[in-house]
Amino acid sequence: MTSTQKRVIINKIILSLSTLSAIIALAFLFWILGVLVMKGMSALNWNIFIYEGAPPGYAESGLKHALVGQAILVAMATAIGVPLGILAGTYLSEYGKNSKLAHTIRDISDIMMSAPSIVIGAFVYAIVVMPMGHFSAWAGAIALGIIMIPIILRTTDDMLQLVPGTLREAAFALGAPKYKVIMDVVYRGAKAGILTGVLLGIARVGGETAPLLFTSFNDNFFTTDLNEAMPSLTVTMFNYATSPYEDWQQLGWAAAFILSMFILGLNIVGRLILFAGKRK
Amino acid sequence: MIDKIFFNMTRTSALLILFIVAWIFVVLFNHSTEAINAFGFDFITQDEWAPNLEKFGAYAAIFGSVASTFLAMILAIPVAIGVAIFLSEIAHDKIKGFFGVSVELLAAIPSVIYGMWGLFYFVPIIRDIFGGLGIGLLSAGIVLAIMILPFMAAVTRDAMNTTPDILKESAYALGGTQWDVIKDVIIPYAKAGIIGSLILALGRAIGETMAVTFVMGNVHKVPGSILDPTTSIPVTLANEFTEADTSLYFSSLFGLALTLLIMSFVVIAVAKFYFLRKVRKGQ
Repeated sequence: MTSTQKRVIINKIILSLSTLSAIIALAFLFWILGVLVMKGMSALNWNIFIYEGAPPGYAESGLKHALVGQAILVAMATAIGVPLGILAGTYLSEYGKNSKLAHTIRDISDIMMSAPSIVIGAFVYAIVVMPMGHFSAWAGAIALGIIMIPIILRTTDDMLQLVPGTLREAAFALGAPKYKVIMDVVYRGAKAGILTGVLLGIARVGGETAPLLFTSFNDNFFTTDLNEAMPSLTVTMFNYATSPYEDWQQLGWAAAFILSMFILGLNIVGRLILFAGKRK
Repeated sequence: MIDKIFFNMTRTSALLILFIVAWIFVVLFNHSTEAINAFGFDFITQDEWAPNLEKFGAYAAIFGSVASTFLAMILAIPVAIGVAIFLSEIAHDKIKGFFGVSVELLAAIPSVIYGMWGLFYFVPIIRDIFGGLGIGLLSAGIVLAIMILPFMAAVTRDAMNTTPDILKESAYALGGTQWDVIKDVIIPYAKAGIIGSLILALGRAIGETMAVTFVMGNVHKVPGSILDPTTSIPVTLANEFTEADTSLYFSSLFGLALTLLIMSFVVIAVAKFYFLRKVRKGQ
């Protein structure tokens, strides 16, 4: 065998292995998706949206409490994380630029983005739940908000930097003060990118379970009281799935399906917005 | 005037991030002082975790975290590199787009769902093959590997894609096969980026709670075999935080949280500042 032949054969082997690993990976992942869709679809019915949690064995048992609780928690987290994230990202891109401080903030927030979310839960437990004396929706929302800030911050920073400097200069030349330039020119130019960042940030915190376990805790009943423990889809899913009752497990799969569709939907919409923005 | 206010608002928000991170460390440290005073270094070297005896040693949890992450990395790294090679070098453009986006979307699926799937579908398989409970270190490592795979593949592919086409084309022009190009051009060029991405995935895996909580067992013992149930830091926190009844118990849990935060901080910082910074400078 010549050395060329040998190289061609080795090449074939390696490429097949690589393709094989892609197939294995896809197989596992589609297995999970398949289970999610099959189990989720079969557990879905109108009762889920109409009824709140009930003890196992009741037919009139649903996820209304968790769906509403989840929406409240994520909305509150968004109200905390998005403004702070956008403002901080604005500072990095428009004022801090390449200063040492700006780089430090970027690095720290990158680390924060990958930091274990359960630790944030422990932190919020110490600063909110302990002084209040009980679990609350506020604590859950603060935990999610803290997780959201670095995500929004980094995308805003990146997206604002993509706005060409000449646009800013043109606005300055018309005599606009800096905040006006940022608000009316820079933000407008980076609109699509910031929106995508916000959607991805919401998708990310929407799937978080660990930081909610001991902040907003859980509740099997419908509540809108922010000072009380608040049910969420993720924690409900965890409790129901680990329970020995089959009907609760079914509800757990339904919750998993609804949540995944919501998160995948946000991801897809975010990508489409970015894509449409780029084409323009 | 408004200009000043706006500037100060943005600056305060930016500084808030640094403040929050510092605050997290301070709070976790303050709350764990009781455990640190009571146990000292025994806290991380002893494996007896007995709340009823007020004895807390985190070694089993630390061991479980490291072992499950290590197992997950061993399983996931070859597959992730295979997928990354497939995505960046083998697949046609059309498949690449579809496959690439689906990998990224899979990375967005909440980890609690991987955990649920693991408990209901994967644990029984392990039980049938190896006997025992099915719940344990092996299941945790495998579920963790599957969960981390999409993220790992996506970032590794991004690292490989930084190789300039002109370098690859030159190698092909010399008669290199695709594998020659991969091993002699792409991997040397993107080495720092690939290692950095893998370590970043490791950082994610070590702090992962939900994917493993379902399948690990929460038993505070260094496992005798890979099939034994054990625990990890996040699993212990998730299971016991709402059950802690004494201040020493709480303090020990905060000590665990602090240990985990420091571990992941170091891992991520190494990935970001040592390896990925090299990449940025190289470009």
